[in-house]
Amino acid sequence: MDITVIVQIIDSTLRLSTPLLFACLAGLISERAGVFDIGLEGKMLVAAFTAAAIAFVSGNVWIGVTAAVLASVVLSLVHGLASITFRGNQLISGVAINFLAAGITVVIAQNWFRQGGRTPSLSGDARMPRLNLPFADALRDVPLIGPLYSGILSGHGLLVYVAFLCVPLTWFMLFRTRFGLRLRAVGENPAAVDTSGVSVTALRYGAVAICGVLCGLAGAYLSTGLSAGFVQEMTAGRGFIALAAMIFAKWRPWPAMWAVLLFGLLEAVANRFQNIEILGLTLPVQAMQALPYILTVVILAGFVGKAIPPRAGGQAYVKEH
Amino acid sequence: MTSLKTLLGAASTLALTATIAQADPALMYDLGGKFDKSFNEAAFNGSERWAAETGGSYRDIEISAEAQRVQFARRLAEAGANPVVVLGFANEPTLQEVAPEFPDTSFVLIDAVVDLPNVRSVVFAEEQGSYLVGMLAAMATETDTISFVGGMEIPLITAFACGYAQGAKAVNPDINVIVNYTGSTPSAWNDPVRGSEIAQSQFSQGSDIVFAAAGGTGLGVLQAAEDAGLLSIGVDSNQNHLHPASVLTSMLKLVDQAVFDAFSDGPGLETGVVRMDLASGGVGYALDEHNADLITDEMQAAVEDAKAAIIAGELSVHDYRTDSTCPAF
Repeated sequence: MDITVIVQIIDSTLRLSTPLLFACLAGLISERAGVFDIGLEGKMLVAAFTAAAIAFVSGNVWIGVTAAVLASVVLSLVHGLASITFRGNQLISGVAINFLAAGITVVIAQNWFRQGGRTPSLSGDARMPRLNLPFADALRDVPLIGPLYSGILSGHGLLVYVAFLCVPLTWFMLFRTRFGLRLRAVGENPAAVDTSGVSVTALRYGAVAICGVLCGLAGAYLSTGLSAGFVQEMTAGRGFIALAAMIFAKWRPWPAMWAVLLFGLLEAVANRFQNIEILGLTLPVQAMQALPYILTVVILAGFVGKAIPPRAGGQAYVKEH
Repeated sequence: MTSLKTLLGAASTLALTATIAQADPALMYDLGGKFDKSFNEAAFNGSERWAAETGGSYRDIEISAEAQRVQFARRLAEAGANPVVVLGFANEPTLQEVAPEFPDTSFVLIDAVVDLPNVRSVVFAEEQGSYLVGMLAAMATETDTISFVGGMEIPLITAFACGYAQGAKAVNPDINVIVNYTGSTPSAWNDPVRGSEIAQSQFSQGSDIVFAAAGGTGLGVLQAAEDAGLLSIGVDSNQNHLHPASVLTSMLKLVDQAVFDAFSDGPGLETGVVRMDLASGGVGYALDEHNADLITDEMQAAVEDAKAAIIAGELSVHDYRTDSTCPAF
């Protein structure tokens, strides 16, 4: 295995991890505030569709991304309305959002573009441009630094950098700000927060809205950065992998990043090496492609030790009288 | 998810039974959707051509889950559609089950063989068409490395890969042909994100021409090739126009002709196995204004020679499906 192979795999890992990372942080913030969100997948899907459709119509990818974030936030607020205001079951509300997204994206796409539930292919300014970091070309031939900087770090869409920047930001927000402290408290013991005169409802809506923004970015990157257009069910279970990564990381931002990088790496390796020989035994391509899912099961079946969710997670808060 | 689809499916079959006219032909698409710009879309174009030329009307239906295959095929036959054209190798068991229930209805299966008295099975000599585009790729490559992205690893798709590799090695015995498959579930036909990633990984291994035989996934492959400034080869339909000057050529498979013929022959059509190959014009390669600058006269002459030799029987291209081996791998 030479250096170019490693560079290519890590490069691909960063791209594939980006939607997972956004979705994982989105779920993390929402669940830290005590609102379980199974609907990450659905929000990503709606965002992916909106980004592609609006970017195609307007010819500008950033208008598409903005629209995707708005669409995703609207769905988040629906989830919030059902589970915070009306105290409905959070899991059911999330599942409903997934169903709604899977159906509505195809119906609207078919009516709008008449291409069988997909958007037309994006080109030019409607696609997310790849950023070349400064000096990337100049440093390309420098040993070690060249491949690392020019080959891996440079040349991604803006949202890739935003995603990884979101990790320290989320950490800082959760553990170093007053808002974060209250947000975590509301997920552990909402009654205490309420007693101290802070609105549980407002905090939870805040968390759910942030979750919507991040899911919107995840979906937008999927349809305008990773591929050029929306196709039916293009999230392909990434929202659920993000949920698994979040539990794997025990609801903490930095471990969440490593978890999604692991899932991204497995997918990149499965794409690159379709048949791996280990000790004379050939692993077939099917085994490689199933690896992320097998790993999810193995990890969740207890390898992480005890993963304890926020104590008030999944429960609507009812004020005592 | 699945239960929702079943519900929607049930609703659409109800609508179907209500509106269909007697003895109109019907067409059932495979997974990947009617507008995949490839296999299914070719069938759609064929039926549209039939409707335009004859003024007739036809019924078509898209499936969205494996479970709907039998259900929808049976509904179409029950509603009186005749003939019923069913697309895709995965429908072999579908017709095994449904065709005997409707002995008076003619069925046409495309891409697989079912030996029943009321079924016409249309199979294509994909290895011959792939051989020709493999030759073109080998002549156009500058790195002596070319690649292939298949949908699922099934004999049909491996036959594409095998023909492609044979054609390439006929031009240059030392050429390196990288063969990858997208996945092992039906979503492999509709995952452009993964298609694009696989193509990029092949480019990093030195490939400069990629042949995609992967339905909707192929759109991601073609896009990745254009983004990288390299060449790609489309499949089934003529995909040259999708990325002009980046799609080297397309391996044509005249599914539209097969559907057109079936619709024209009407109820009671001749059954048995119909083989569409180079000799009958059922497969080929696409040459139009979008790739005219990519294919030189010498390349075209070499391919035309090979085509003539195959038709005359002087050159035989091995079909992977006959013995599950490939001399070029």
